[in-house]
Amino acid sequence: MPEVTPISPSLATAAQRRFWRGLDELEGAAPREVPQDVVTFEPPRLARRAFLGVMAASAALAAGGCSRAPLETIVPYRNGPAQDGYGKPVFYASALERDGYAIGVLVETNMGRPTKIEGNPLHPASLGATDIFTQAAVLELWDPDRSTASLRNGAVDTWPRFVTELRERVIAAPDGDGIALLTETVTSPTLHDQIRTFLEGHPRARWHQYQPVNRDNVYDGSRLALGEAVEPVYRFGDAAVIVALDADIVGALPGAVRHARDIAVARRGATRPTIHAAEGSPSLTGALADRRLVIRTGEIAMLADALAAQIGGGESSAAQVGGAAGGAAQGGGAASGAPQVGGAASGVATAALGADARAWLDRVAADLAAHRGRAIVVAGDRQPAGVHARVHAINRALGNDALVATREPVAFDAGNQGDSLRALASDMRAGRVTTLVMLGGNPVYASPRDLDFGGALRKLPWSAHLALHADETSAASTWHVAAAHALESWGDARAFDGTVAIRQPAIAPLYDGHSAHEVVSVLVDGNPRPGHAIVRDFWQRRHPAGFDAFWDASLRDGIVRESAATSRASVLPAPSSAKRSAAPAVAASSALAAVPTAATTSAPPAAIATQATAAPSATTAAPAVRPASDPSSATGAIVVELVLAPDPTLGDGRHANNAWLQELPKPLTTLTWCNAAWISPRFAAAHELANEDIVELRTASATVRAPVWIMPGHADDAVTLHLGHGRTRAGRVGNGVGVDAWPLFDSATRAIVPGVALAKVDGRERLAAAQTHHRMEGRDLVRLVSREEAARCAGSGCTPAREREPTESLYPPFKYDGHRWGMSIDLDACNGCAACTIACQAENNIPVVGRDEVLRGREMHWIRIDRYYEGAPSAPRTLFQPVPCMQCEHAPCEEVCPVEASVHDTEGLNVQVYNRCVGTRFCSNNCPYKVRRFNWHAYTRDVPALDAQRNPEVTVRMRGVMEKCSYCIQRIERARIDADRGNRRIADGEVVTACQAVCPTQAIVFGDLNDPASAVNARKASPLDYALLAELNTRPRTTYLPRIVDADAAPPPAQGGAPA
Amino acid sequence: MTDESALAATPVLAGRYTDASITDKIADIVLVRPAHWGWVAGAFVSGALAILFLVAVSWLFIDGVGIWGVDQPVAWAFAITNFVWWVGIGHAGTFISAFLLLLRQRWRTSVNRFAEAMTIFAVAMAGLMPILHLGRPWFFYWLIPYPDIMNVWPQWRSPLIWDIFAIGTYIIVSLLFWYMGLIADLATLRDAAKKRWQRVVYGLLALGWRGDARHWARFDSAYLLMAGLATPLVISVHSVVSLDFAIGNTPGWHSTIFPPYFVAGALFSGFAMAITLAVPMRRVFHLEAFITERHLDNMAKLMLVCCFIVTYSYLVEIFMAYYSADPFAIAMVENRMGGPYAGVYWAVVLCNVVVPQSLWWAGVRARPVALFAIAIVVNIGMWLERFMIIVTSLNRDFLPSAWHIYVPTFWDFATLLGSIGLFVLLFLGFLRVLPAISIAEMRKLARDVGAER
Repeated sequence: MPEVTPISPSLATAAQRRFWRGLDELEGAAPREVPQDVVTFEPPRLARRAFLGVMAASAALAAGGCSRAPLETIVPYRNGPAQDGYGKPVFYASALERDGYAIGVLVETNMGRPTKIEGNPLHPASLGATDIFTQAAVLELWDPDRSTASLRNGAVDTWPRFVTELRERVIAAPDGDGIALLTETVTSPTLHDQIRTFLEGHPRARWHQYQPVNRDNVYDGSRLALGEAVEPVYRFGDAAVIVALDADIVGALPGAVRHARDIAVARRGATRPTIHAAEGSPSLTGALADRRLVIRTGEIAMLADALAAQIGGGESSAAQVGGAAGGAAQGGGAASGAPQVGGAASGVATAALGADARAWLDRVAADLAAHRGRAIVVAGDRQPAGVHARVHAINRALGNDALVATREPVAFDAGNQGDSLRALASDMRAGRVTTLVMLGGNPVYASPRDLDFGGALRKLPWSAHLALHADETSAASTWHVAAAHALESWGDARAFDGTVAIRQPAIAPLYDGHSAHEVVSVLVDGNPRPGHAIVRDFWQRRHPAGFDAFWDASLRDGIVRESAATSRASVLPAPSSAKRSAAPAVAASSALAAVPTAATTSAPPAAIATQATAAPSATTAAPAVRPASDPSSATGAIVVELVLAPDPTLGDGRHANNAWLQELPKPLTTLTWCNAAWISPRFAAAHELANEDIVELRTASATVRAPVWIMPGHADDAVTLHLGHGRTRAGRVGNGVGVDAWPLFDSATRAIVPGVALAKVDGRERLAAAQTHHRMEGRDLVRLVSREEAARCAGSGCTPAREREPTESLYPPFKYDGHRWGMSIDLDACNGCAACTIACQAENNIPVVGRDEVLRGREMHWIRIDRYYEGAPSAPRTLFQPVPCMQCEHAPCEEVCPVEASVHDTEGLNVQVYNRCVGTRFCSNNCPYKVRRFNWHAYTRDVPALDAQRNPEVTVRMRGVMEKCSYCIQRIERARIDADRGNRRIADGEVVTACQAVCPTQAIVFGDLNDPASAVNARKASPLDYALLAELNTRPRTTYLPRIVDADAAPPPAQGGAPA
Repeated sequence: MTDESALAATPVLAGRYTDASITDKIADIVLVRPAHWGWVAGAFVSGALAILFLVAVSWLFIDGVGIWGVDQPVAWAFAITNFVWWVGIGHAGTFISAFLLLLRQRWRTSVNRFAEAMTIFAVAMAGLMPILHLGRPWFFYWLIPYPDIMNVWPQWRSPLIWDIFAIGTYIIVSLLFWYMGLIADLATLRDAAKKRWQRVVYGLLALGWRGDARHWARFDSAYLLMAGLATPLVISVHSVVSLDFAIGNTPGWHSTIFPPYFVAGALFSGFAMAITLAVPMRRVFHLEAFITERHLDNMAKLMLVCCFIVTYSYLVEIFMAYYSADPFAIAMVENRMGGPYAGVYWAVVLCNVVVPQSLWWAGVRARPVALFAIAIVVNIGMWLERFMIIVTSLNRDFLPSAWHIYVPTFWDFATLLGSIGLFVLLFLGFLRVLPAISIAEMRKLARDVGAER
């Protein structure tokens, strides 16, 4: 039974502060310690006395929880509403990181509580949109499982005691001997500056960087090709041809949100780019691509070889390309013992490819040749360095420099992180580390298991781990230091193009949390300094002149102006009218030109040699895997290639305790609360595997059992398994969910593991898929039009869609004098990223129901992403369709509700009156779109920390009540109040629904249909605009624009064994 | 083996009875005879199931409808299936007592009382189901038009509101009709009772009936009027229930054939339930002379008629789907016959179409045990038919992305079996406190039969 934490630590913390405004505030700090226990209590085990304690604590929280603003001055977002009244949300610009790369955000706070994240329109990685992780960050902030106090060997201890111990250890080693610092990817200029200062003062101290999802291959590849590590920065918006080699441009690449926007804008424009993708594990980019080649992930290297050869053929740059490719091959070719040069290697590679790969190659090569200088070839981060080197050469040969700018790596001190962690582990084992400070990350869980980082860590005399949760690494460390959440602490971070954003907190730390800056400040001089002072002082040194104005502007806008331009890179101009300086791209291209031709002349650095050897070379990888399909292999086990990828919703496992992300149907599979071994339909048929069967995956060092998921479009004889599941100390949400794939991750083979033995074992595991049927059954749901027809319709030579004229109805039409809301969803823009689903969840207080309820089909998301396959299961076309409430003009739900809980409002919305609903569920039966969601149980429970996250403008629904998308009626009302006060009409664009705001591709447009000039009317004016199930005469106000496809890229028809 | 003519010649009253012997035979079940072991065993089993029902309903109120397997898109399942099934069962009672009275069918006399009781209890079970089914059952009265201060009325376009009226009317008329028929018998019990409390209770319930000629004259005309009132309900109630589905746009529901289809199905299951109850009852209480093979034969023949209407409806549904060329309707039919619930569909065909064909043979109709078995099969078949209509229409409708398999939980079955247990318990209780066969009408019948002889 947990007890109420002693008051003393918080008083000590409070005393550390420089200012307090009165005794009330100082006392207010005391109960702050208490809520941690409130939320970690297991309610059924509460004894009476403890219960009373909780009640008192809750009351104290309720009383003291209203003023949680940070002590320092924070600046509201410039376009946000001025703080002119109570009850209005205030937005603060800040930044959140995904794998180290910043995305600018606006944090919506209600009465001081961060409740929702929006994208920062000024930030180049966001342009107003965000991804799923950013949306879920607000739940992470309020996660009841976050650690509320620091722990020393598992017992509650205090920050001052930690500071004292750390200071003593630093003093004891004045030159830094035995001190090691392990960080994740550092893109924070301030943190880098602090660490540099520390290392200068303590020259024998070591700094290691390790992030499980890192860009080692990218940097190593550029070292091979260009002799130095560079960060490629792509301008997809200007490309005519995009070739993605196992690269998830819109889903995983740094800057993915921005890339998705650029591509969507370009696809809407006059010259629609062609996207070619080659991949073994289906990705969002593969689904978006016009032409997609299914090829094993390990064979991409061969494909890149062959592409380089085809591009180079007969061109003046052939020698250059061949040199680069050959040079790259040489690194890997060491294994094969047959170093080949240029075209010869590529010729062999081409011959080894299948017929469909050669056809794809021909098409791609022709497309690239026809669009020199206007094409981008991208390799995925998990592809070995050699592939990246080849891709650099290809881009250069094609003269794509203007579109593929390079700049110094966004990460500071970008070495090979895998090597860095291995060096640290061997230092630890050799006793060369006596003091280890880990800032974030979870290396005990998320690292190559052959390093046995956990074992080495437990043997250390003293270690400290700064983390939000007392996780696996914390448990193996001497100290667990409770971290302040990104929304509670000061900091800064660089985006994919180098733009710096200063992170200002939107709330004072809820618990006794501290930031990495504060820990490093102890390392530097033994004195913990507040994060605000550290960050501010750093920038003051950078901008001594007019600093106050600079600081205010940077906080207000959420970006540091011209920070990207301080590097060599060109800054991407936004496709819209955002005002940002654009340095000429010439600098970048000339820099590239100055780099000596690839790495043929100079021996590659040791790290790269290791890397290149580890990566199966093009020519050796394929035969190694080929026997996989041979059923006569001696052991009876099937040999496959295993791809280990970060989970689409949990990343490397850091989001495992985030219930929103656990329950978010994973794009492509719609699985929730689990991971599964993806296999191809043909492989499944050949080896008699069905969904939910269990297979055993065996490498030389580890064995993992995982359920199977048959993934249309997956490469044969290959398995994809996602990392990030099977956590043991994630928290109550994430513990034990899914299968831990990290044991299979070896520092030698890394993400692409050849020669893994697969065997079916007994048993089944039910997988909670949100969508269980994947074909359209010949129904007109996602409409496809050819590129040519779309172009014709953009003009006027196109017959209007068939069903525009409504058929007869018994009921008289409604009259709308004021507004008439409507929505348009562009299926050609939607890439299925699911950000809208989670944004809607955050905005509308949508509860999480858990795995068992999802298995019963009771997920609550108000907007879901339907995903259909078309064509043969081996290489299907993947189609996405976001489905919110259609807000029908003739709504079937309204007619059948016996108690008038489902009614039509004066602006055309089908509103659901929660407190009138008795729960007959007739409306749901009668809804052909099945967008209604029912509270089968009391899903929303009162957990104080989670209550604080909820949007105060949206009713929390009780058990037994139907709910559904309301077009974010609370946002309409907020706009109406503003408009009424100004005595005007709500302007177009003033109401932005949560799904619309978050959408990276602007697929969703919402507005007033009574306003002829509205954006939504412009969309709906297209003759291609269509209504879902229009034949039912429901007259939906949410309509769709069709997906545009290459007519000649039609997938072959399904032949038997279609995905069920 | 009995042949057709012999069965048709079986009298509706076997043996010779005087007024007194009829009274003794029927009233003794209530007043004198100790409980038969069969009755005790039945009460024990049904009592246990009734307790299960109580537990299931309590847990339902505590935790919510999520304890059932209902999901998206199958938002209606067992509760509504049970509702339609129970309402349907009630129909046979009204048909026998009201319809056959107007048609002057003499054979109804010895079966109408217990059939009406069956109606009352079945409709009570049916009435419970939609309330249990609600997300917030404590607000069920919001469906009833009552003058509240908010001035909020029900939404009249919803067939659920029509349902409230249909079921409400039905239960009121059935109760009145049943009670009116009981009055003379209650007076008989009052007069025959030995214990004081029985005399008081039956006396109060008999409303001062003295068997006066004027009483009888008024009773006869009132009873006939009530029968006239009840008769249209046989048609209307289940027609309205069927509109719950037919008004919806779901393929498999949205069909004009539903009202007659449902009424036929209701009578089908009602006669099956009447046979299910009659066969053990006449055996346990030795009423073979009153409920003869002739009665069973007649009910079996009616079942056969209903079977054909139902079969016709099945065929028309399939025909209309293909004739309309509506892809959603075709997909629905194919889903029923070949989808995940194909077993249910073919079980329905087996139970409701194939097995009842054995009723063509007089030898089968003459055997109570065979009839009982067939009736049980039809009961199951009709329940499955409702399940098929509701679940297999919902689980795969317009958007394939929303398709989902519904799997019932323990609590679904507990509610179904519990409601059967409660129904049987109520019926067993009825047998011991009220005359299961109308004494007054049997006297009349005995005189008529005697006069004919």
